[in-house]
Amino acid sequence: MDLNYTPEQIAFRHEVRDWLQANVPATPLKSFDTAEGFEQHRQWEQTLAKGNWGMVTWPKEYGGRGCNLIEWLIFEEEYYRAQAPLRVNQNGIFLLGPTLMEYGTPEQKERFITRMASGEEMWAQGWSEPGAGSDMAAIRSKAIREGDEYVLNGQKVWSTRAVFADWVFCIFRTDPDSERHHGLSFVLVPLDAPGVTVRPIPQLNGLPGFAEIFFDDVRVPVANRLGDEGQGWNIAMATAGFERGLMLRSPARFQETAKRLVALYRAHANDILDLSVEDAVVKSFMDAEAYALSTYQTASRLMKGGKIGSEASVNKIFWSELDQHMHETAMRILANNAELLPDAKAETEIEADTGNWMDGFLFAQSGPIYAGTNEIQRNIIAERLLGMPRK
Amino acid sequence: MDFTFSDDQLVFCDNVKQFLQNEVTPERLRSGWDTETGREDNLWQQMVELGLTAMLVPEQFGGLGMSELDFVLLAQECGRVALAEPLVETALVATPLLACQAERDARCATLLEKIATGERRIAVGHAVNPTVSDAHVADYLLMPSGNEFHLVERERVKLIPMQSVDPSRRLFKVEWRPEEETRLVNGAPGVSAMAATLNRGALGTAAQLIGLAEAMVDMTVQYTSDRTQFGRAIGSNQALKHHMANCAVKTEFAKPALYRAAYTVSQRPVHADFAVSHAKVAAGEAALLAAKNSIQSHGAMGYTWECNLHIWMKRAWALDKFWGHSGFHKNRLHQWLMNPNAKIGADKTFGEQG
Repeated sequence: MDLNYTPEQIAFRHEVRDWLQANVPATPLKSFDTAEGFEQHRQWEQTLAKGNWGMVTWPKEYGGRGCNLIEWLIFEEEYYRAQAPLRVNQNGIFLLGPTLMEYGTPEQKERFITRMASGEEMWAQGWSEPGAGSDMAAIRSKAIREGDEYVLNGQKVWSTRAVFADWVFCIFRTDPDSERHHGLSFVLVPLDAPGVTVRPIPQLNGLPGFAEIFFDDVRVPVANRLGDEGQGWNIAMATAGFERGLMLRSPARFQETAKRLVALYRAHANDILDLSVEDAVVKSFMDAEAYALSTYQTASRLMKGGKIGSEASVNKIFWSELDQHMHETAMRILANNAELLPDAKAETEIEADTGNWMDGFLFAQSGPIYAGTNEIQRNIIAERLLGMPRK
Repeated sequence: MDFTFSDDQLVFCDNVKQFLQNEVTPERLRSGWDTETGREDNLWQQMVELGLTAMLVPEQFGGLGMSELDFVLLAQECGRVALAEPLVETALVATPLLACQAERDARCATLLEKIATGERRIAVGHAVNPTVSDAHVADYLLMPSGNEFHLVERERVKLIPMQSVDPSRRLFKVEWRPEEETRLVNGAPGVSAMAATLNRGALGTAAQLIGLAEAMVDMTVQYTSDRTQFGRAIGSNQALKHHMANCAVKTEFAKPALYRAAYTVSQRPVHADFAVSHAKVAAGEAALLAAKNSIQSHGAMGYTWECNLHIWMKRAWALDKFWGHSGFHKNRLHQWLMNPNAKIGADKTFGEQG
């Protein structure tokens, strides 16, 4: 064990910090769940790509930097410290990208990874269906093969970023007689294909952060299938592994929130009546540190050849409930001002930040639900990590 | 940057774990409740032979010259079996305190040699603890008086036994008087010895709490897998699964805090307060939740003297408050966080670097 950064790691931190300082937009971008904001964020992805900071952990051959996981953590720490824009193409870069590298054909890698890396094409995710949420194996949308094409019919829901994105990666039933996790395939679909209808769904903040997608006789080439026919479930599980595993929520994001929370608490310390708020602030800070420590531990282990296991579920529960707790604490500090949305006329930084906390609070409500509800994660922990009986 | 234990550390821990699990059974713990000292000399000698008391004794005094970081996993294993013998306090708390003074105090050097060989045992008092544990089997006591530590022969103090809810714990109020000749350290070095001892005590307690928490979850998973109602194992019910999953989450995120604390205590003791308090609070919460959810999952059986669960629960309830209760440690965290000059942020998780 050596908890010192190497001189190279410290130099890397400064390189990241300097680049971000020079390039992060001075005024915050509009939300990427607006048409204007989405394009601003696409531009930012392209700026990142030009600086070669778009996908630091990707291998160099795919346009990445080949960073190891410790360097990734350092990059993320600097990224959130600089308050750089959220990553609009997260679905692509962190979920589909690694899956393509593992399962894609050379042609698919050439076609899709390149434009993902350059920040040209933005990706949405299409797994859930009205009847297939936590029970994802209940998927009914079909992809029926006709010659060199699949004909897609069905409906996806809760597709994050689908309103403005260019492509969606989906799971369809390619074997109509199959059941459960058999007979599924992983298919990449352009969202402007004839027969695709995207119906935006406004989220808690009123913006269309996700959508329903309807497929009516949509035709895509068989070459858009990732992996073998019938292998969709395994590929989706590998993708979900990346999602819940390490990369979906880097600790720096929560450490930055914890830091802001401490500042908020200090600014309001004299008007807080609720004595337990103090405890909640300390707990928030400790838990954000604990999440960082745990991630460093996992990263170190993986770098020595270890594999990621059920800790993915433990992580997902921890960060999502931490995020909720931090924002609940902020609401308690802000008290009767908590309900106020961002105020353009705010005079102090703390005043201006008030509305941001509500925005974060709303988003924090989704954490325990998406990427596998925390109830499902708890079942996974009990059964797979602890060995409790399934039935 | 490498946040893993070495293969040597893990293998040694595995060996000690095997030894403890073979030797320290619930039956043996129970039999100790009725003996006069509650401690077994032959078990202590076995631990001495494994080198456990010598681990943190510097090499020049016949020890292995290892660090708090080398010992932390073993302390976890001591908790896992609810070891009654004061191995953690001897090896992790008393020994480094003596080692710090050994250069200029011959008494310490001699004692260290004899701790390594198992000929002497030491108990440690501290202002955060109202009692001294295992003073009755100690040859010497390290006792606080203001900012001074004194090294006092047991014959020269009066021990008043206090009963703990945990029948394995042996606690004493100590009546004694500091004297010129018993003084070991004072002044500024006394202040730092007091602070370092508190941190080592809290570190060792936190490690045991993690072991206790994991052991309670293990025995509850076993019990709920075996016990059937309505024709199936009660552990197949989601409510019980979630009780145990919640314990696992708490424990998994207390562990890295514990290991950072162990590293910091051994490598950067000046910055250890925050790391140690974090570890102690997190480990205490993990153990208390494990106790609460385990007794609930055991049903009425868990409320009996006969069921072994209470051995672990009571130790957890006791150690959560020893070497600084959660109020004490949360206050340290709070004071540090509210300091306007506190250096906080994701780039400072491991202290200020570069």
